[in-house]
Amino acid sequence: MKTTTPNRRDFLCTTGFVVVGLASGGSIILAPDHTWAMSTAAIDAHTAQTLLVMARQLFPHDRLGDQYYVAVVEAIDKQATADAALRKLLADGVARLDGARGIPWIELSNGARNAVLKTVEASEFFSTMRMATINNLYTNPLVYRFFGFEGSSVEHGGYINRGFDDIGWLPNS
Amino acid sequence: MAKTFELRDDSVVVVVGSGAGGGTLCNELAQRAINVVCLEAGPRLSLADIVNDNGTMFSRLSWLDKRIGTGDLNPELPLWICKCVGGTTVHWAGASLRFQEHEFRVRTVYGDIAGANLLDWPITLQELDPFYARAEDKMGVTGTHDIPRLPGNNNFKVMAAGAKRVGYTEVHTGNMAINSRPRDDRPACHQIGFCMSGCAIGAKWSTLYTEIPKAESTGHFEIRPDSMVVKINHDDSRKVTGVVYADKTGTLHEQKARVVCIAGNAVETPRLLLNSESAKFPKGLANSSGQVGRNYMRHMTGTVYAIMPGRVNFDRGTQMAGIIKDESRYDPSRGFAGGYEMETLPGFGLAGVASNTIQGAWGAEYTKIIEMYDHFAGMWLVGEDMPQADNGVTLHPTEKDMHGMPVPVVHFKDHANDIAMRNHAYKAGTAVYRSLGATQVFELPPFPSTHNLGTCRQSVSAQDGVCNKYGQTHDVANLFISDGSQFTTGGAENPTLTIVALAIRQAGYLADQLSKKEM
Repeated sequence: MKTTTPNRRDFLCTTGFVVVGLASGGSIILAPDHTWAMSTAAIDAHTAQTLLVMARQLFPHDRLGDQYYVAVVEAIDKQATADAALRKLLADGVARLDGARGIPWIELSNGARNAVLKTVEASEFFSTMRMATINNLYTNPLVYRFFGFEGSSVEHGGYINRGFDDIGWLPNS
Repeated sequence: MAKTFELRDDSVVVVVGSGAGGGTLCNELAQRAINVVCLEAGPRLSLADIVNDNGTMFSRLSWLDKRIGTGDLNPELPLWICKCVGGTTVHWAGASLRFQEHEFRVRTVYGDIAGANLLDWPITLQELDPFYARAEDKMGVTGTHDIPRLPGNNNFKVMAAGAKRVGYTEVHTGNMAINSRPRDDRPACHQIGFCMSGCAIGAKWSTLYTEIPKAESTGHFEIRPDSMVVKINHDDSRKVTGVVYADKTGTLHEQKARVVCIAGNAVETPRLLLNSESAKFPKGLANSSGQVGRNYMRHMTGTVYAIMPGRVNFDRGTQMAGIIKDESRYDPSRGFAGGYEMETLPGFGLAGVASNTIQGAWGAEYTKIIEMYDHFAGMWLVGEDMPQADNGVTLHPTEKDMHGMPVPVVHFKDHANDIAMRNHAYKAGTAVYRSLGATQVFELPPFPSTHNLGTCRQSVSAQDGVCNKYGQTHDVANLFISDGSQFTTGGAENPTLTIVALAIRQAGYLADQLSKKEM
């Protein structure tokens, strides 16, 4: 039998969030250590929490703190505020994830969550979440630095004096 | 001081579109004191609107009016071109290559290839050479006219080192319409990167800040941005008389004209002709041949990314200043006709690499790849594709845009020759990076098409194509095709230099015809 050590991603979804549903339909979610808070206007607390776990599950980077994934969900929420079809797509998608194993998807193990995601890969919900995560995670200038993407350079005078040709490891022949 | 012309002024030449073809033609005519009105569908931006952000500039520059892609094309965004003053010269990478001699007569050289609608051009390299020289001078192309080449960035150095290892010999930083030293009142390249989001300092040639303001300073030119031409009118003598366009508010106007030149890129140009059908031209204007909208080419393309053993930072510096030319030759022993170029190309930022490197990928294995971002090297493969009669542009039978114009349907399917060439090119690109110890190599399928050609092609005979060797339509003497639509075949080379050379040549011919009162 395989033993598993709880990793960061399991930690994210199994430990003590403070989750507050709002009468307006939105939510406020506080990190266990109070390092971040997420608030949504259009998406309810359970959906928001599920999408947060899903964003990391799709593009997990141990080097990135949860706040960057929070930004993804908040961006989706903002879009959903004016888009009833998107709200329904997200709610139905989460319901489908939760229905897969009879317990809420976020309470599954990391491996089980991946297995369930695999079964919905072809759905519009999945591709919407995948693109939304790419477009809101990897376009965040605060995220760039963790990957060595340096972003806008014109205000620094480009790379003409900042290493455009500084490669050092190439062989001589 | 820019001049303005009245709608009823039928002495003007109307140019539709302000990109490489249209913008160049406008200036060449205005410099000859010919009055020109340019109708540009998009807005007029300035250098201050250009920022180093791929997403922002994609939304700001791109032609996003609905088009439907079918066959191998992206269904929602079949083309990646611009809708703004300057057209696609705002976003282009700057690669400026002359066609090879044989590429003007491929039907003769390649022979009959099943399924390919090949035709020789009505002009030769020799005829176009002087205009290539003028285009290179106008655009400040490096490696020509004693203009030094650009220095190579890291991504180029990787490609060049690998090229050497696999035995390629024709490798350099290209012929780029990007200043390597100050020229034409524009600065030298600062190796900013983001060339394809627009050059924020104007070191890259774009009609937006070269041809258009130069034309305005002649007093013979007016550009009207946000003006979408929807129809070309004609009289009983089969001459065109003016164009109908929608302004920013959607209000329609008719601008009278003595000559109309269309340079809307290879989808909008045939779309406009097809939408201008009439009792006299039941298949669409200038379409007695039935070739309007056919033979659409987009170049064989593909991209190779590799994770290298050391850091590359491939987004630093001029994006496409790097080329291997060895595979552009004609050599059917490789299993295909035509040739291809290998050119440096970085990713489009972190999000671009994440969405493109492996289509549809996600999960922990994939994020390990993204985490190697600063070790990525990349190249683009671009080669001659086969014109096929059924690849092309048609009007949607029912769906209309905001101006009531039918939505264009763009169809393209690779020819077997295109597929054989792409597979060869993937292997060649992979070998370059593997020779340096690349740990992983990725073959990316074509992006939405940036090189769009052939839908109103030049031909000797009026039965085979839409226009003659000056771009003048066979059917209508005062109607010209002034963009890449007039390409008879595509060559292996990035098309902009040829579009500009053809526009310069067309301007001389048109001016001559006008002075002889033959129009």
